[in-house]
Amino acid sequence: MANSGVGGGPSAGTLHLSYGPHVRSGESTSSIMWQVNLALLPALIWAVGVFGVRPLLITLAAVLGCVAGEQLFCLLQKRRTTLTDGTAVCSGMLLAFTLPPGLSPWMATIGGFLAITLTKGVFGGLGHNIFNVALIGRAMMMASFPVAMTTKWIPPQLGNFFPPDALTTATPLAILKEKGFEAALASFYQGGGEYDYLWRLALGLRPGSIGEVSVLCILLGAAFLLLRGIIKLWIPLSIFAGLGLVSLLSTAPLLHLFSGGVWLGAFFMATDYVTSPSTPKGQIVFGVGIGLLTGLIRLYGGYPEGICYAILLMNIVVPALNDWFRPKRVSTMGVPS
Amino acid sequence: MSVTPPTVSVLLTRGLFSENPVFRLALSLCPAVAVTTAVENGLMLGIAVFFVQVLSSMTASIFKKWINPKIRIPVYTIIIALWVTVMDMLLAAYFPSTYEKVGLYVKLIVAFAIIISRMELFAAKNPVLPSTFDGVGMGLGFLLAMLLAGAFRELLGNGSFFGYPLVHFQPLFLLVLPAGGFFTIGLIMALFNWVDLLRGNTLPKASGGHG
Repeated sequence: MANSGVGGGPSAGTLHLSYGPHVRSGESTSSIMWQVNLALLPALIWAVGVFGVRPLLITLAAVLGCVAGEQLFCLLQKRRTTLTDGTAVCSGMLLAFTLPPGLSPWMATIGGFLAITLTKGVFGGLGHNIFNVALIGRAMMMASFPVAMTTKWIPPQLGNFFPPDALTTATPLAILKEKGFEAALASFYQGGGEYDYLWRLALGLRPGSIGEVSVLCILLGAAFLLLRGIIKLWIPLSIFAGLGLVSLLSTAPLLHLFSGGVWLGAFFMATDYVTSPSTPKGQIVFGVGIGLLTGLIRLYGGYPEGICYAILLMNIVVPALNDWFRPKRVSTMGVPS
Repeated sequence: MSVTPPTVSVLLTRGLFSENPVFRLALSLCPAVAVTTAVENGLMLGIAVFFVQVLSSMTASIFKKWINPKIRIPVYTIIIALWVTVMDMLLAAYFPSTYEKVGLYVKLIVAFAIIISRMELFAAKNPVLPSTFDGVGMGLGFLLAMLLAGAFRELLGNGSFFGYPLVHFQPLFLLVLPAGGFFTIGLIMALFNWVDLLRGNTLPKASGGHG
């Protein structure tokens, strides 16, 4: 850019050249990541409110595992520590949010450590991972601790901070898959009007993973990120469009849209900068793909919830989407080829 | 063209680290992933491959004058198949319980890339004794790889060693699953490369794919 040196710069007449990018903002990776961590707090507070202190312990354990893995790779690669950029903490929190609230915390530590080392560390660190770190952690934990990961659900009890260990239940989506809509509703809700169950789902008074139960708390955090311009709506909206389309085939479209980790996944995981396409067109294809796959896994697949594997599967095509929907260079616009 | 032949000690030991079939040459990765769910299975297949490698290299070297170069690959395959059949029957007769788990892969040794590549690259050009030693070295290297991967996966995946439980839970069952096999092979391969770097060597350049 030409700069004629006004106000104490180089003397007038000097042509000042610099490499791009020329437009900079004050945002850095670490400031963005700490804002994301802040946006995750409402859901964590709600989890402590309905499931007791154990979700907090699990979250701390997962963060500990992630931080240990990140620090290990910094030492191995003889680099300055990257813990302060907040990405490891963010991965740990997101991983914990996908876990059942009755899990043993040591499992979360192992999951977090593996997630960071095998998904991010061996690929070269921040910005080089192909897959969403937290979701790979969850997938590995599903493979390693299948019983704990599918049974340790706690029924929500507002304000009871030390619920008994033995009390377990199942998630609405799991019951929906096995016994149908009525049984799924009865698992967390009795009586009331025809659509009153939606309020319980939106507020978060139902069994589920630590960070996914309360749609309102997730939306609170997401609204903060949207206002700060950290995430855009393309991916979340197209995920809901895709999932809504498939849900029409089921007996309970609204239950599908309001339950499971789809809100957490749509706003906090699918929007991860590293593992999502960078152009709006690519993001729409990415989001619709996630929504369709989530619905198909829920309705016809083996698992009650599909958002985790749907995002991981669509992560694979992100490089292709970036290539197909590459913005045209200004210099080639309007030039007949 | 005269190339100084490697000494016996080099032939016998290079398969262990510097030219380890699985972790350095990246050959026969498929059985390394599939079989190494436990040390015992890895040991069984490792021993079978060891004997097939030694005997096949020796046989190919003895008969190299009478093998027409145009049909050498089928001839090598028949030689390997001969020794695989012998090993298959021996293992089935004397170790029936382990054979039940790895029997399929013992038959598949016929198609292992490492064996035919040693016959093609070494035994076909060298006298009988060096070829046999080369077979011993490579066979030992494969055996070591199978034991390393098997021990890692059984210890961390199942909390046991040679079938004896050390802890009474499964620390990381993922490692026993097929996906864990890929992680294990990749991590040990990285470790081998890392040690090689520390010893002052440079990493080999990426090359084409193989079976």
